[in-house]
Order: sequence, then structure tokens, then C-alpha cells
Amino acid sequence: MTPQTEIQLIAVAAAAACALSGTFLVLRRMAMIADAVSHAVLPGIVIAFLLGGGLGSPLLAFGAALSGVATVALVEALQRTKLVKEDTAIGLVFPALFAFGVVLVSRYADHVHLDVDAVLLGELAFAPFERMIIAGRDVGPRALWIAGGALVLNVAAVSVFFKELKLVTFDPALAAALGFSPLLLHYGLMTLVSATAVASFDAVGLVLVVALMVGPAAAAWLLTDRLAVLLPLAAGLGATSAVAGYWLARWFDASIAGAMAVCVGLVFLLVFSFAPRRGLLARRRMLATQRREFAMTLLAVHLAQHEGTVDEADESRLASLHLHLHWDEDRLRRTVRDGLNRGWLRREDDRLLLEDAGRSAARTVFARAWPQGTGTTPHRI
Amino acid sequence: MNDDVVKNRHTETSTVHPATDAAVSVHDLTVAYREQPVLWDVDLDIPSGVLAAIVGPNGAGKTTLLKSLLDLVPSVSGRIRFHGEPFRARRRDVAYVPQRGSVDWDFPTTVADVVTMGTYRRLGWLRRPGHTEHEAAMTALRRVGMADLATRQISELSGGQQQRVFLARALVQDASVYIMDEPFQGVDATTERTIIELLKELRGEGRTVLVVHHDLQTVPDYFDWVALLNVRLVAAGPVREVFTQENLRLAYGGRVGFAGTKEPTSGPDKDPTSSYMGRIRP
Repeated sequence: MTPQTEIQLIAVAAAAACALSGTFLVLRRMAMIADAVSHAVLPGIVIAFLLGGGLGSPLLAFGAALSGVATVALVEALQRTKLVKEDTAIGLVFPALFAFGVVLVSRYADHVHLDVDAVLLGELAFAPFERMIIAGRDVGPRALWIAGGALVLNVAAVSVFFKELKLVTFDPALAAALGFSPLLLHYGLMTLVSATAVASFDAVGLVLVVALMVGPAAAAWLLTDRLAVLLPLAAGLGATSAVAGYWLARWFDASIAGAMAVCVGLVFLLVFSFAPRRGLLARRRMLATQRREFAMTLLAVHLAQHEGTVDEADESRLASLHLHLHWDEDRLRRTVRDGLNRGWLRREDDRLLLEDAGRSAARTVFARAWPQGTGTTPHRI
Repeated sequence: MNDDVVKNRHTETSTVHPATDAAVSVHDLTVAYREQPVLWDVDLDIPSGVLAAIVGPNGAGKTTLLKSLLDLVPSVSGRIRFHGEPFRARRRDVAYVPQRGSVDWDFPTTVADVVTMGTYRRLGWLRRPGHTEHEAAMTALRRVGMADLATRQISELSGGQQQRVFLARALVQDASVYIMDEPFQGVDATTERTIIELLKELRGEGRTVLVVHHDLQTVPDYFDWVALLNVRLVAAGPVREVFTQENLRLAYGGRVGFAGTKEPTSGPDKDPTSSYMGRIRP
């Protein structure tokens, strides 16, 4: 494998792993916890490092996962006092823990390979240099094993506990009543998130973990309404952003982690704009259709109201109809055209008359607005 | 811990109303949020096979009562039994329908999938729902008249349809006690009829149904048993006996008027309370 391929594989594994656990954070409206946990694992890493774990030792991952879970517990404890709100609690806890980690790094660990830059942004470009040697044989870059391990862990956890995670995310009260402890599942998920955050450390650094956890999941949610599809889709979008980010970084000769996060943002923007049903454009189009439909119905209702009354001739004259409705002429012209095309209206000289289809559309509106027997049914229908 | 004390204090009442006779029995239940009592010393025995309403003003602790029945909120004192056993031993027999607004309806899932969640208790950890579970879900959906919407995304449902999905999910649990938090809240007339018919069917099958209810006018039509709650239990028993204006005033204080139980100033026909009051107290 070339270093190029290795780097991309590491990035893809980390991005997919983050997207899987991140999906549940997004669904639980806990996206900011991703930010908190990813930062707060730093003191855990540093303390484990100072206690004698080398970089990449299991002790480090354990320390990180522990401080991630502790962060969540602290945020929740603070919130339970009701003296501060959840977002404030998050804003209080993780910067304090993170800063504590930074102090430790700068004071005790600045002479080793654990500098603030590496922690924040990762050192993906150098990842291929650190090899994993098993029984004297080179089995690939260490970072690939770590990120791959995180991916395997996430895939396993999410597929084994799919039913339980879905239930507790959708309806925690029911989960509790059915005997699936929401607390257990919550902390299980938080452990997974922390472990994933620390595993992605090499790839993108802690700061950008949040992008990989939140962005692909948020984008995938706009594309599907099945959780079983959403999870692999989020992982796929994350992996795509990772590869695209790598090539963007090469092209620009820039930070790989930075380019990956930018790509996550771009992918989200694309999906957000062009998603078939929930995208911005689709929504706009739907709204415009609804507005036209409503204008047409309104016109039919207006004509129906005055059908057969003394002022019918005046109220249905094309030339002055826009004055009655207080519409500009353009809008009237468009609505009339829609109505004619639909077969709701017909023109007779300068007057606009209702066809049966239009009349029954108006009647439907009346039936809905004035249910039978309330005595306020409009005249004539 | 408190159980022994409670038992001793209740030896008398226990012999009068053996707890095993009741589908749900609550003894000396006090629930407090930060030392502020939400439920004060509630004693309540709901007999098996009734369709029971829990009514009371806002803040009376109705939802809290349901949640403490299901062990969802901790109680300061008291004991709760389902057919004589604690909830933990009877989970299988108890189905819970939370308030519709308690979940996020944008969640990426379908109607059939939500209903299938009712089978999770039987499945336990790790086992996946299979053909049997999907069939059970479809049967329940047919009972609530929503089989044709099985593959619909849940955010596309109306309020009444959402409520029926929740009801179907409870039906799937095939429980002996159904606990429902305001199933009629904000639903259309058709759904309300469907739901009440179903609840009466459940009662007909010998199950016990416990419903937090807001609309006092429909209590005599819908239910045969009622508990009036306002932090304390004001009265509980068959609707004909305890749903009296006096008890309502005790439960609602001066605010009896809000749900259509005004003093009969608007004439006896317009006042639902007086019409059934007439039946009970000639």
C-alpha cells in the first residue's frame, strides 16, 4: 500500500466510525455533546500518558473514554441542580477540562510527541510513518489499526444494539417501562462516542471530530426516513467527505484534517440544498406549488360565493377582478391561467365562470370551513 | 425500606381490600420534586376489568401518578402493586401509552416500526423482531384502522393518527393493564370514537384500562370507574357513586367551571353535571 492509500483508508475508517455514533447524538439532539466529549478526552489522554502509557497504548484510549464519560456525567449533574441550563453546563464543563489538559501538555509533556497542534488537528500526513509491528512483521500504519478498530467497534455496537438504541432514542420513557434501562444505554453510547473520539485523534484531531460526528448524520437525515438506511448513509457521506478532503488538501497543499472538515460542510450544504424532499429547493418548490394551488382555490371560492347573486357580473369581470381580490394583475393572470388549465374555470367574454370541477373544489372548502349545522354556511352553495 | 412500615400501617385496610384483588393498588404514595409534594399520601385500589379515568386540575399530579406506577419517577414513600406484585415483576402485563408530545415525531422511522416496539419487551435484549412481531404489529394497526399507513414516515401523521399508532403499540404488548396519559388530547372526533371503542373492547376482554382524562363531560359516558385527584386523592370508585358535583368541587376548588361543569346557570339541560347528578341523587 502506498502512503497515499493508507492515509485515505485511515481517514475513511475514522469518518465512518464517527458518523455511526454521531448519528445517535444527532437524533437525540445532543450534537453539542460531541463537541464536549471530543475536547474533554484530552485530559484523560494526557494523564494516561503521564502515568506511563505510550502514545497508542490501550491505557490512553481507556483514560480518554473515561474522561469523556465523566464530562457527560458532570454536564448532567450540573444541569440537574437546575441552577444552570444544559447548553451553559456544556459550555462550562468541557472548556475547563480541555484547558486543564492543555496546561498538562504544555507543562509536562512538551518534550515528547504530544503537542497541542497534533492533538487539535491530528497528523494524518505523518500517520504512515508509524508502523504496527507484530512478530517482527510490518502490518500497516498504527493509525489505520486504531481507526479501523473504532469502525469495527461502532459497526458492532450499532448493529448488535440497533433495536435498543432505536427504542431509547425515540421514546426513553417506553424503553424504561419495557425494562431497557435508558441510563445504561445512554452511558453505553457515551462510552462509544468517547472511544470513537479518541480513536479519531490521529486522523483529524479532536477539534474536527465534532464535524465528522454531526455533519454526515445531519445530511443523511435529510435524505432518508429510515434509521436502518440513515446509519450506513451517514457513514458513506462521512467517508466520501474524507476522501474528497484528502484530495482537496493535496491540491491546495493544506491541512488534511481541515480540508476534510470543509468537505463535510460542503457535502452537508449540497444535501441541504438539493435533497429530493427535504432540501431547501424542494421545500421552496413545494411551497410555491401550494401557494398557486391556494390562490386558485381562493379564486374559485370567490366566484362561487357570488354565483347567482346580483353582484355576480361585477365580481367576476376579468378586468376588475384583481381590484376585488386586492391582487396585482400579474398574480390574477397566472391564477386564471392555472384555473383554465385545470378545467376549473372558463371565460365568457370579459367574465370568468366556474366549471363544475371548480365549483366542487369551492364546496369542499366550505364543507371544511363551515361544518354542517353550525348555521353559518355561506349563501348560495 | 419503607415497605415494612407501610405494611404494618395497612394491615387493617389490606384485610378489607386484599391487594391481590386489585389490578393496580397504590398505598401511601408520596412523590415530591425537591421536597415539594406532587402527590400526597395517595391510597388507590383499581379493581380488575374496569375502564378507569384519572381526573383532576392541571398540576394535580395525574401524569406523575402514572409515571410512578411505572417506576419512571422515584417515590418518597409508598408501595405500588400490580395484581399484588411490584411493577418489576409485572412488566409484561403493563402497557404504557405516553403523551403524544413526549416523543420526537421527526424520528426516522415508520408507523409499523413504532408499533413493533411494543414487542420489544417479549423479545428482550439483542433479539431482533421477526415475522411474528411484524404480523402482531399489522394486526394491531388493523384494529386501530391504520393498516394502510404502515409504511408511512411518522412525521406525516396527523395528531389523531399519531395517537392511534401509540395505541396500536400498546395493543401489541397484549397486557392486562393499560396505562394511558391523555389519549384524547388534541385528536379529531373520529379518532376519539375509535379509541374509546377500543378501550371498551379491552375492558370487555377483562383487561384494566387506566386513563388520564381532561374532559369531565365525557367521563360518565366513557368510564365506569373514576379517581379524582388533586395532589391528594379526593375520591375514587364507580363513576355513579363518586363523580358528584361535591367531589368535583373538592378536586377542582373554585374552578369547576372550566370543563363545562358550571353551576347550572345556563339551564339544567346545558349542564352535564346536573344531568347525571339527577340520576345519582334524586
